[in-house]
Amino acid sequence: MSWRKTNHRLRRLEAEAIYLMREAVAEFANPVMLYSIGKDSSVLLHLALKAFHPAKLPFPLLHIDTTWKFREMIAFRDREAARLGVELRVHINEDGVARGISPVASGSSVHTQVMKTEGLLQALDQWKFDIAFGGARRDEEKSRAKERIFSHRSASHAWDPRNQRPELWKLFNTRIKPGESMRVFPLSNWTELDVWEYIRAENIPVVPLYFAKERPVVERDSMLVMVDDDRLPLLPGEKPKMMKVRFRTLGCYPLTGAIESDADTLDAVIEEMRGSANSERQGRLIDHDSSGSMEAKKREGYF
Amino acid sequence: MLAPGTSTSLQSAGTAVRPALRFLTCGSVDDGKSTLIGRLLHEQNLIFDDHRAALGRDSKRHGTTGDDIDYALLLDGLEAEREQGITIDVAYRYFSTERRSFVVADTPGHEQYTRNMATGASNSDLAVLLVDARKGLLSQTRRHAVIVSLLGIRHVVLAVNKIDLVDYDQTVFETISVNFKYFAADLGFKTITAIPISARHGDNISTPSENTPWYTGPALLEHLETVDVDDDRDTMPFRMPVQWVNRANSDFRGFAGTIVSGGIARGDDVAVLPSGRLTKVASILGSGGEVDSAGPGDAVTLTLADEVDVSRGDVFAAVRDRPVTGDQFAAHLFWMSNERLLPGRSYLMKIGHRTLAATVTELKHRLDIDTLAKLAAKTLGLNEVGLCNLSTASAVAFDPYAENRDTGAFILIDRTSNETVAAGTIDFALRRASNIHHQSQTISRDARSGLMRHKPAVLWFTGLPGSGKSTIANLVEAELHGRRVHTIMLDGDNVRHGLNRDLGFTESDRVENIRRIGEVAKLMTDAGLVVLCSFISPFQAERHMVRELIGADEFIEVFVDTPLEQCIARDPKGLYRRALAGEIKNFTGVDQAYEVPEHPELHLQTGSNDAETLASKVIDDLVRRKIV
Repeated sequence: MSWRKTNHRLRRLEAEAIYLMREAVAEFANPVMLYSIGKDSSVLLHLALKAFHPAKLPFPLLHIDTTWKFREMIAFRDREAARLGVELRVHINEDGVARGISPVASGSSVHTQVMKTEGLLQALDQWKFDIAFGGARRDEEKSRAKERIFSHRSASHAWDPRNQRPELWKLFNTRIKPGESMRVFPLSNWTELDVWEYIRAENIPVVPLYFAKERPVVERDSMLVMVDDDRLPLLPGEKPKMMKVRFRTLGCYPLTGAIESDADTLDAVIEEMRGSANSERQGRLIDHDSSGSMEAKKREGYF
Repeated sequence: MLAPGTSTSLQSAGTAVRPALRFLTCGSVDDGKSTLIGRLLHEQNLIFDDHRAALGRDSKRHGTTGDDIDYALLLDGLEAEREQGITIDVAYRYFSTERRSFVVADTPGHEQYTRNMATGASNSDLAVLLVDARKGLLSQTRRHAVIVSLLGIRHVVLAVNKIDLVDYDQTVFETISVNFKYFAADLGFKTITAIPISARHGDNISTPSENTPWYTGPALLEHLETVDVDDDRDTMPFRMPVQWVNRANSDFRGFAGTIVSGGIARGDDVAVLPSGRLTKVASILGSGGEVDSAGPGDAVTLTLADEVDVSRGDVFAAVRDRPVTGDQFAAHLFWMSNERLLPGRSYLMKIGHRTLAATVTELKHRLDIDTLAKLAAKTLGLNEVGLCNLSTASAVAFDPYAENRDTGAFILIDRTSNETVAAGTIDFALRRASNIHHQSQTISRDARSGLMRHKPAVLWFTGLPGSGKSTIANLVEAELHGRRVHTIMLDGDNVRHGLNRDLGFTESDRVENIRRIGEVAKLMTDAGLVVLCSFISPFQAERHMVRELIGADEFIEVFVDTPLEQCIARDPKGLYRRALAGEIKNFTGVDQAYEVPEHPELHLQTGSNDAETLASKVIDDLVRRKIV
């Protein structure tokens, strides 16, 4: 309560996110919130419950399960959905599973394309959602920095970065034709630090993997990969060792690098981040496959 | 790595006490906007190591600065931008120093992408307008200054860039500054701060430069850290547009929205506009729970003491200081579409949380960007600014934009393409509408209709020239006449010989043509008649306008669907032949598009049916609707 009197910046960001969520719900018939289990999703969900209180959440959560999430993430997801009494829909691209797609066998790029992007599009089509909430922030990556808050998608879910609708003031043009849809990013103007400060201010639960702990890891291509289960084939000579690590960002486990850290509390995590010389997504292999790879993925429908 | 004890850090919280300063960089292409922001972030140690490494790689590949780092590539995040070395769309960056936190919108300079610059400007408090010292003020510099002014930004930094390339010449700087201040005298800026800089080499960016000893003002960053962009929304009258009605359960009816100005406390009286009803605030639910009071920027949910009718788009306001309500006002428009403005056409206006039909009734003038002269104009094209009168389908609550940026701004949307075609700022209400009261009439519409043995209606036949509209309409009228139904026929060619003989066939004349016919048809239904209208009426927007004018209950759109080849083959008046030979311009189906109705009440396909069969389908429909 009291933080709102002193931290005006965070208070404005909170109010802005609530505004955007209400606008989306008022203007669209069939909204959904993309829930990826990470810290941004935790914040998004927390804000949504506030925006529509005392009414129930007027939309379901959707998790696109690639089947390669950390086990702790899935446990956290189910725990939170039950605790908050929200409707959670989980979609797995069964076709991809049948084809044996995995980050280990198929590489990061094919895995992401099939299990995340195609999986997402299947779910959006199946349930005919006309707007999807995402937790993406403009400070994450430079093509995201260019995206509108209400972002138009064609009937085939494509983003056209060269022809975005002008977005003046807080007046969002939400008109779409049948089959088209929009994505809305209520956390567009938040930074990574804002997210953590809000988590601290509001005491929001997050996946324990964000906090340092002794965990089994192997070092690969200068990335620390956590051995989360026995699906990760070890290379000759590779032997998992216990290291005190945490994650700055969470994705599919073999594609997300851990960082060595002693930060095992929220305060310590925030302190560590203030001094960090590297960006948040540095540990995300999928961003670096090729130059402009985030934009290319987004054009195909990725969040 | 960061040097110990640096004054800023990558993730400094800045001063959270006050909200971030929101500013944009603008100016003509290649004047160094993206480079300036990149340089600023670099000097403040605000670039992550992995981004800096990527920047080095990208500079080698796409860079335009030889062996130096091309800081623009830090912001030009789209592939097309990097390939062409230009900024296409606005990029947002967030950074903090010890003294202030900032949101910067880096906007494109190309004229083609001016609307993306306006996007960045609409939410900013200050503009950094860049000028290339070698080129001075360009048309695009002036255009950006006008848009910045139009959107209500009152603080401008004139950054005279590339000062190194004119040998740090004070005279060049002074000349540009004076010229700009002269040009901007009427643009309403409260402060204009001119600073000589070199974005590429860092002169006067974070620290005063030794190369410009004659300049004694602040470096850019110092100015941004200290400038006061007075936010007086606290002391302005209370306004809260209703965004969403929260009906959590049968006992709870809350009105959710964001307070745009003023404050509200539990127990306060408020007015609901445009209805003007009064009520009292029973409780205020803030983002942290129930509160006693709330202020500008807060997202809240209000409950009321009485059961008044309030819906999305209404505005809560201070009882003693209410916004204007009306359906006609004067506003400046910034046109953002390749399709030109058509006065008379029905657009959708989004103002606050209200979306409704609106028409430009009169274009007063267009602004010449270079001289600020007011020129007579019939239309506005892409990137043009003009003053016009607008009329909305029903009354809305608003404030002049100069008094309140949130309740005085609107956008216009094209009904068919869904494109955002214009940004508007309201200047003042037009009193005309409220002064011309509708004459109250002794005999009512229902009374007139009561003498007939049928209900009034408009049958609107639309289709390509030569599709058979008039033929079918004539058969329908003959049948209705036989059934003792009072009818009247309005036919395109006949109306053009009389009422509309001053109109031609340009797009804007076609719009006016249909508007007048719609009004006449409306009067005829007031007289109780069944009106048969037979018009090509090629545009969806105008057919929609007539539908709204008449009312959906009494409007029956009949799409006479004949393939173009067949119309050309029939060519009853020989017009296609002449149009195809280039003798008639703007001929629908030949060089002007026909927009097919999306949801007509009746869809008549002429290919497989004769006119009599189709006419009887129309009659059957009228019977089914209990009109005859």
